[in-house]
Amino acid sequence: MIASPLIGILVLAGLALALSAALVLAARWLGGGEDDAVERVERLLPRIQCAQCGYAGCRPYAEAIVSGDADINRCPPGGERTIRELAGLLGREPVALDASLGEASMDRVARIDEAICIGCNLCVKACPVDAIAGIPHAMHTVIERHCTGCELCLPPCPVDCISLVARGARVDAPSAATEKRGQGPFPHEKGPDPFFGSPPQKV
Amino acid sequence: MELLLIIIAAALVNNFVLVQFLGLCPFMGASRRVEGAVGMGLATGLVLTTASGLSYLVDRFLLTPFGLEHLRLLGFILVIGAAVQLTELLIRRLSPMLHRVLGLYIPLIASNCAVLGVALLNSAASRSLVAALFYGAGAALGFGIVLAMLGGLRERLEHADVPRPFRGHAIAFVTAGIMSLAFLGFAGFARL
Repeated sequence: MIASPLIGILVLAGLALALSAALVLAARWLGGGEDDAVERVERLLPRIQCAQCGYAGCRPYAEAIVSGDADINRCPPGGERTIRELAGLLGREPVALDASLGEASMDRVARIDEAICIGCNLCVKACPVDAIAGIPHAMHTVIERHCTGCELCLPPCPVDCISLVARGARVDAPSAATEKRGQGPFPHEKGPDPFFGSPPQKV
Repeated sequence: MELLLIIIAAALVNNFVLVQFLGLCPFMGASRRVEGAVGMGLATGLVLTTASGLSYLVDRFLLTPFGLEHLRLLGFILVIGAAVQLTELLIRRLSPMLHRVLGLYIPLIASNCAVLGVALLNSAASRSLVAALFYGAGAALGFGIVLAMLGGLRERLEHADVPRPFRGHAIAFVTAGIMSLAFLGFAGFARL
């Protein structure tokens, strides 16, 4: 007869071996390699979920890249750098950014015309990178450092006070929204500000 | 009928968290939000049920024939570790979203003493395989219920006017204590 401690060691070691073998097999069956690839592609994307690529977010786009449905040049916020990294990961040649998605928009940032903004807070909710600061019923502003120029804040704005300007443009430079002012259907867009009136005239 | 009784006894009367005080660390740690709490409850439930079945098999067909009942603790921990890893693989495969939410917590299930407690209590009471599975499922149900309950309470507490010294974990512990008192109301409903 074998001594009892030895039996215990053998039985437990056998159990551990059997369980780890089962886990290795399970990992091979369950842990698809494709998921890992999607994971790695997604990690290279900016993951700001701006949906400019035409997919619902970064993960769907990563899945499309891995399955071959989409090219790697559909991410304007990521720009050239992301394309280069994706090309490196997937072993492809880097290609230019798809021009139909707008130019490399990291060069542009959103600018809120603070005189028109009514503080509706809709753009704050639309912003995927939390680059718009502001609370309801107060004027909002864009934190230029964080803005990726994804234009997602443009459609929700009810008074069209957001426009895209070159990054680093002077704050007091007239924006497209300011120039459009007075043509909109809203009465308060015409003439002086309804709350504060026109600025005091110098005498 | 008896199986139903086992489930009720394990889930409510002898609730693992609030009556037997097992598995307290995920109870406090993963109950900040209802969603996370429900997910954690589901994952723990899967592990608990599979682990109680597997450890019954290991106990019955491996440890007992060799006269190694004193090594149950070690054997069960091996089984639980494997079950946790399997659950993580399954969740990653079936629901990447849930995997992302729970990712960090899944390995922590291995150190949830309720899982080991169920396995040890099962073998101590020498239950049959089916009874052991039901006991595990009942324990998981009770764990999930109280986790979701505390999650909901804590979500509401965040908006309540709690006195300064009690804010955060302090009031959560007080809440858990009151819940434990409330669950003592089930005492004696089922004997197991």
